[in-house]
Amino acid sequence: MITFDDVAVRYPGARAFAVGGVSFAIPRGQLTALAGPNGSGKSSIVRALLRRVDLAGGSIGLDGRSIADIPPSELARSLAVVPQREESAFPARVRDYVALGRYPHLGLWKSPDAEDMRLVEAALRQAGIDDLADRETDALSGGEWQRVRIARALAQSAPALVLDEPTTFLDVAHEMAIFELLYSLARAGKAVLLVSHQLNLVARFADNMVLLDAGKVALSGAPSEVMRADRLEQIYAWPVVVTRDAATGAPALVPLRQPLNL
Amino acid sequence: MKRFHPATWLLLIASLAIVSLVAIARGAVPIPLGAAFDALRGVGDMTAIAIVRDLRLPRVLLGALVGAGLGASGAALQGSLRNPLAEPYLLGVSGGAAVGAVIAFSLGAGSDVVITLAAFAGGIGAVFVALGVARAGGRSVRADLRTLLIAGVIVGAFANAAIMVALASAEPNTVRGALWWMMGSAADATWTRVAWLGASIAGAGAALLYWAREIDVLALGEETAASLGVDAERAGKRIFLIAALLAAATVAAAGLIGFVGLVVPHIARHLGLRSHRPLIVAASLIGATLVVAADLAARTLAAPVELPLGAITALLGVPFFLVQLRRAA
Repeated sequence: MITFDDVAVRYPGARAFAVGGVSFAIPRGQLTALAGPNGSGKSSIVRALLRRVDLAGGSIGLDGRSIADIPPSELARSLAVVPQREESAFPARVRDYVALGRYPHLGLWKSPDAEDMRLVEAALRQAGIDDLADRETDALSGGEWQRVRIARALAQSAPALVLDEPTTFLDVAHEMAIFELLYSLARAGKAVLLVSHQLNLVARFADNMVLLDAGKVALSGAPSEVMRADRLEQIYAWPVVVTRDAATGAPALVPLRQPLNL
Repeated sequence: MKRFHPATWLLLIASLAIVSLVAIARGAVPIPLGAAFDALRGVGDMTAIAIVRDLRLPRVLLGALVGAGLGASGAALQGSLRNPLAEPYLLGVSGGAAVGAVIAFSLGAGSDVVITLAAFAGGIGAVFVALGVARAGGRSVRADLRTLLIAGVIVGAFANAAIMVALASAEPNTVRGALWWMMGSAADATWTRVAWLGASIAGAGAALLYWAREIDVLALGEETAASLGVDAERAGKRIFLIAALLAAATVAAAGLIGFVGLVVPHIARHLGLRSHRPLIVAASLIGATLVVAADLAARTLAAPVELPLGAITALLGVPFFLVQLRRAA
């Protein structure tokens, strides 16, 4: 379980807090979604988890320990993160790339043994890319590359998994495949945090939603509690209605039109 | 992409051995290959033995060590900076090292130890200036690698200017020494210099191999490296310093030799190597072969005039750089 306790982040030189006192939990066995407008602090939360920014206040806990006290390689064995962007400078074979997920377990010198390779193959299978294992990473489509990156994180075999907008640029089928994968991983016992703009999909898959606005938690709870038209309209500053999806019964956000008179 | 075949190692070692033997045999006094091989073992004509053992062998070894150092340095810099155009010469590290060496030389330092240390100080100084210039142009250094490359070119130009200024008021002897550093040459090879360079390359090379897997992780970018438990800032600086030490040691021994560090890692990757531990070893072997061959060309192409070694590698490297630049764009 990952817990955010009054976490605040302020970048050097900035006057305003990017994250100003945020508290929520990412329990094991559940899919937690983090949403909010652009610039609301979602990526700063991920950066704080990676310890890429110093906290200006509060603390982040992992199973009761502050992550500030956990050595980097131990943290990487407990928490796998798929950052928003990653451009690899040099192509690699997909299997070798995914095998780098074992680095926190192997360190500088230990060679991967049979168990490591078994976990790499399992990660490839789980992400549905075992047929891509011998391809080069520069010959992949956007959807394939995202699943390869998720497989790399799965190979870390960490009990917690964080993904920052993993379905940006993906088509419907690839996006659904990733949501199904994350849902299954959560059901299999992992603590999963998904940062996403896809409110309607999140509302169908997530156990909990945390909606950020200007660095603070504006709404949190089950999707049915968070998907409220009045609050979403304020947060996104756009007229919306929330209906029930006819096919699934899940709450669905419909942004209304505001035509321009040019 | 093709897979790396283990037999390629034999090919790389054999290429280095053959090119080295040819380099030992060819020169102002040509010696047949068989006789050169005998002379190496101390068998045969005394004159041939003297030429081979006292003149050509140290020169070939110096060239091989310089090439190995530059190849390893380039492979490490390209991986950790995630930039296929990175190399010590283009990043200004070599230029800074040359300034350090020239200053030590013009102050009367004669020993290789002092000159190497001065070159290292100059190279590290250049690294920090380049990082400072790059930071002035953007928030994070690795966020904009092109800026770092431009910063390196600026530092290199500044280093050249510093050497010119030093030359304007220097004695003829110092001028000759400084020019030698700017053009690059393996001509002043002595056994002491070979031993000192060999020790530096072995030490820094071993350090690079020790941390090589970290370069694999750094090549994925700062955020992904962080998620794998590697502090990109710290690890990147460590690799940068070791790569600078390698480059500075080569500059102290043989002056400015550009583009080897750029070209060689690409050849190693083209052979199918990705992981940086074998990649650095292969880049060292290929670099050694390339510099020994380039030095052979420098000695023999326009004999009795000797061409500057740095000019030969630049003639090979510039077209290659353009191809890479086109590919990157």
